[in-house]
Amino acid sequence: MNDQPMVHFESVIKSYGQLVVLDDLNLKVAAGEKVAVIGPSGSGKTTVLRMLMTLERINGGVIYVDGEPLTHMPRNGQLVPADNRHLRRMRAKIGMVFQHFNLFPHMTALKNCMEAPVTVLKLPKAEAEERARELLNMVGLGDKLNHYPAQLSGGQQQRVAIARALAMRPKVMLFDEVTSALDPELVGEVLNVIRKLGSEFDLTMLMVTHQMGFAKEFADRVCFFYGGRIAEEGRPDDLFNAPKNERTRQFLSAVLEAS
Amino acid sequence: MFWNWDYTWEIVPILAEASIVTIEATVLGFILAAVVGLLLAILRMSPRQWVSLPAAGFVEFIRSTPLLIQIFFIFFVLPEFGITLGALTAGVLALGLHYGSYCSEVYRAGLENVPRGQWEASTALNLSPYHTFRDIIIPQAVPPVVPALGNYFVALFKETPLLSAIAVLELMQTAKILGSETFRYTEPITLVGLYFLVFSLVAAALVRRLEYWLKQRWR
Repeated sequence: MNDQPMVHFESVIKSYGQLVVLDDLNLKVAAGEKVAVIGPSGSGKTTVLRMLMTLERINGGVIYVDGEPLTHMPRNGQLVPADNRHLRRMRAKIGMVFQHFNLFPHMTALKNCMEAPVTVLKLPKAEAEERARELLNMVGLGDKLNHYPAQLSGGQQQRVAIARALAMRPKVMLFDEVTSALDPELVGEVLNVIRKLGSEFDLTMLMVTHQMGFAKEFADRVCFFYGGRIAEEGRPDDLFNAPKNERTRQFLSAVLEAS
Repeated sequence: MFWNWDYTWEIVPILAEASIVTIEATVLGFILAAVVGLLLAILRMSPRQWVSLPAAGFVEFIRSTPLLIQIFFIFFVLPEFGITLGALTAGVLALGLHYGSYCSEVYRAGLENVPRGQWEASTALNLSPYHTFRDIIIPQAVPPVVPALGNYFVALFKETPLLSAIAVLELMQTAKILGSETFRYTEPITLVGLYFLVFSLVAAALVRRLEYWLKQRWR
């Protein structure tokens, strides 16, 4: 790990009209670090990922990725809002997996994983296919290459989505409640794939999750969001076993009770 | 006698030949409408108002004025501005623009029905707007609206007699000429109606086949 953070939120503000979703967010994530983001619904945790993926505009502050501003670009010594070209260059560093998979339903698993490498990275078809096969094998779907999403279970679809994101070779991977839409018995296979990524790839990961057990075991750091701010952050052992913040305590006991 | 069979058999081949022009105008007009409609629908989705507003205004304007006037305008008024078109070309252009405006509404419904997650996945994969539309959005937006587009195909076909107003030698114009030569209108006009009926039924059947095929292919 070097000193420069891979992801840096600097005084970031996000609001929808009057509603402030994120209020002065400051967060640094080191290269290779795995950060779990937890918190009650409406706490702004998913918005953090969506801003990083440039799916949401920010209303204040700057986000840096890999040492460069993401939401802005330098011009004449000043930072101005990024144009599309800049956004497209920066987005190449980031991959995202969604709660509802968002696979392309009219493409097979293999084609889902080849589309962006061919059209964006301009890889030759054979090379893109080789890469897609490798990744689908890695997520345990080597025998489902020619299946359409509708022919796959939720867990399988989500694993295709992970392979699809990895095919772009991002430096940062975002996981937005990737197991929330799955039947309980399918959660494990997806978490196993994420574990594998953690050990085999040099990826920086941010994940919004409700799987406290997984967050505790997998993450290097946990951030608890409440009311648009990071109410508490720390190593998983500390935060889960000895939360300092009253809100954290309430949230964790509520989650424990439910499960 | 009210109906003359000899005359009928005499004009059947003449009208059959004219029907080729009708079909030509229909097919060319609809190809134009399908392309123009998709373009208009995409332009109307643009977040830039200087793009979306003119497109929306164009659609409203075309839909709020009669096709016959548009045909006359393109054929008789555009030459004043130095654009002179043949009768068939002018007719195809008018049909294409008119039905393109209607088709754009159909496409728009299709485009709006593509889930937001598809756009977001495209952004996350860094696809360009061009590839997002070409590979992700349009293949999902168009198949469900094919039946509605097919209806406009049949509707456009049935409006081609309007082209007789600018003397395109399609079915209706040919029938009128035959009538004025022989003073017998019953047979030509009835035959034209029959031709349209047969072609409409065939076209509707083809649209249903296409619909079925798309359903198989895209589930």
